[in-house]
Amino acid sequence: MQKNRPKYLDLRRIHLPVSGWVSILHRVTGLLLFLALPLLLWTLQYSLRSPETYAMLAWMFSHPASKIFLIVMLWAFLHHFCAGVRHLGLDLGYGVELAQARGSSKGVLVASLALTALLGARIW
Amino acid sequence: MVERIVTGARYGLRSWLLQRLSAAVMALYTLFIAAWLLQHPHPDYAQWTGLFASDVMRSVSLLFLLAVFGHAWVGVRDVVMDYVKPAGARLAIHATVIVLLMLYAIWSVQILWGF
Repeated sequence: MQKNRPKYLDLRRIHLPVSGWVSILHRVTGLLLFLALPLLLWTLQYSLRSPETYAMLAWMFSHPASKIFLIVMLWAFLHHFCAGVRHLGLDLGYGVELAQARGSSKGVLVASLALTALLGARIW
Repeated sequence: MVERIVTGARYGLRSWLLQRLSAAVMALYTLFIAAWLLQHPHPDYAQWTGLFASDVMRSVSLLFLLAVFGHAWVGVRDVVMDYVKPAGARLAIHATVIVLLMLYAIWSVQILWGF
């Protein structure tokens, strides 16, 4: 079925409401986490396999570049988690009104960034 | 009536439920691990392997990882359905992702019982 609906995809000019941002970031962080799965599994494996591989990981994560990567992935996880909790609430019917939905969206952004800053500081 | 093509969501209800259930399992496990790490900051090798030594912990951890893979499958499938319209390409991508996730599941068993 051919559809000829008008399409507007100029990302520089599209304005998203705050809930829209939370939503698209939920999708993007999900994809990032999926792509990072082999790395996560490899890290888990090396952390358990032997004291030598554990030490190797500790050394690897002592580098600033690794820490930055880790903090980015931490944010990805925290945003996805907080946005997911909001999603579960909406599924159950909580916070569906527009004002509440906007409020909870802002809450997701604040919570995920705050937790990232808190835990990120400990990593750093 | 919904068109139940092989690369579509069919009725969608099972996937919807799987995503929410797996999310709940993952959330519980995450909170447990976070609490443990707060109580044991900078664990050494002995402490870390000590946590995963029991069969119970290995099994629960495998459950967590399987929940991750199931959750990831539904999410990635939804994204691919949104952006990849040709059925042949979609089928190829879906098949690749499924095989990858199954390999991750097998790998997870090796990781958790391999030390």
